[in-house]
Amino acid sequence: MVQLRQFLIILGVSFVGEVLHALIPLPIPASVYGLVLMFLALCSGAVKLRQVHGAATFLIGIMPILFVPPLVGLVDAWGLIRPILLPTVGIIAASTALVMAVTGLTAQGILHLTRNREELSREEEEGEQNV
Amino acid sequence: MSDFLAHSLFFGAGITLVCYEVGLLLRRRFRLAILNPLLLASLCVMAVIKLLGVSYPDYNSGARYLTYLLTPATVALAVPLYEQLQLLRRNLAAILGSILAGTLAGLTGIFLMSRCFGLSHQLYVSFLPKSITTAIGMGVSEELGGVTTLTVASIILTGILGNVAGEAVFHLLGIRDPIAKGLALGTGAHAIGTARALELGKVEGAMSSLSIAVAGILTVIAAPLFAKLL
Repeated sequence: MVQLRQFLIILGVSFVGEVLHALIPLPIPASVYGLVLMFLALCSGAVKLRQVHGAATFLIGIMPILFVPPLVGLVDAWGLIRPILLPTVGIIAASTALVMAVTGLTAQGILHLTRNREELSREEEEGEQNV
Repeated sequence: MSDFLAHSLFFGAGITLVCYEVGLLLRRRFRLAILNPLLLASLCVMAVIKLLGVSYPDYNSGARYLTYLLTPATVALAVPLYEQLQLLRRNLAAILGSILAGTLAGLTGIFLMSRCFGLSHQLYVSFLPKSITTAIGMGVSEELGGVTTLTVASIILTGILGNVAGEAVFHLLGIRDPIAKGLALGTGAHAIGTARALELGKVEGAMSSLSIAVAGILTVIAAPLFAKLL
């Protein structure tokens, strides 16, 4: 019963996401509204972590399997892709690598900068205390 | 036989789970990054339904009950994100800055390559939302007048590529920080990349989950501006 109640809370938030998707004329899906809502609910304490933790862990664990049916659906898109195979493959491969490289390197760069600054200010504080 | 399978309610979901088990088994046996369970399972299902003469719509009439769980699973991503709230607060500048940089770099790259290949406006805008989650990407493509099926196909191919090749990119560029890895996987390869990030670790998973929402929303804003370029 506990798992069922946890699942119910997640489904409830998904439903509110669906309602928002229907009301707000933006191409943002119910799942993203739901993700933001669930995050806010957890932060505000309206939903406690233990009330959703088990079911959430299960759903996240099986997530890769949920992508198999849409991937299999690519067989039906083959006719569409074949005439533009080279640009399709080129654009997908290059831009995916580019996004990951730029995002990862920018994040790592900013993290290094802020960490160095934190360490510097900590050292300065310690230095002052020593004086 | 194939007629019975076509109308079976449990064949589609059942064969998907069996093929995923096969994928897991092969990875455990050979330990190669290219032996990705998601990729193997999909190829395995393609082969099985082809052999048994079951069409994709018939397979999917049972398998869609798995896909049905995608929305609640995405909502559940809020849980690992909340568990990393401290980390999120402390590194907000790095998180938002890198997702913005990655999203803009991706859109610029697609623009430049579409120009090189001499693609039409319609094909160009179909590729623009390729790094974000399917449901948002479809909406963006539709709004810009793209071919939605092509958008969905390129989003899924992007996801599987990011899922399989992400770590090679990290290795090549010396990206070692778990926060940076998670952000890169989520921004570059949306929910399918996040599935991989969750396997790498809690921090990676949380950062990747966050990137799905942030990169998706940034693309909704930026893609119409990029669409005017070509």
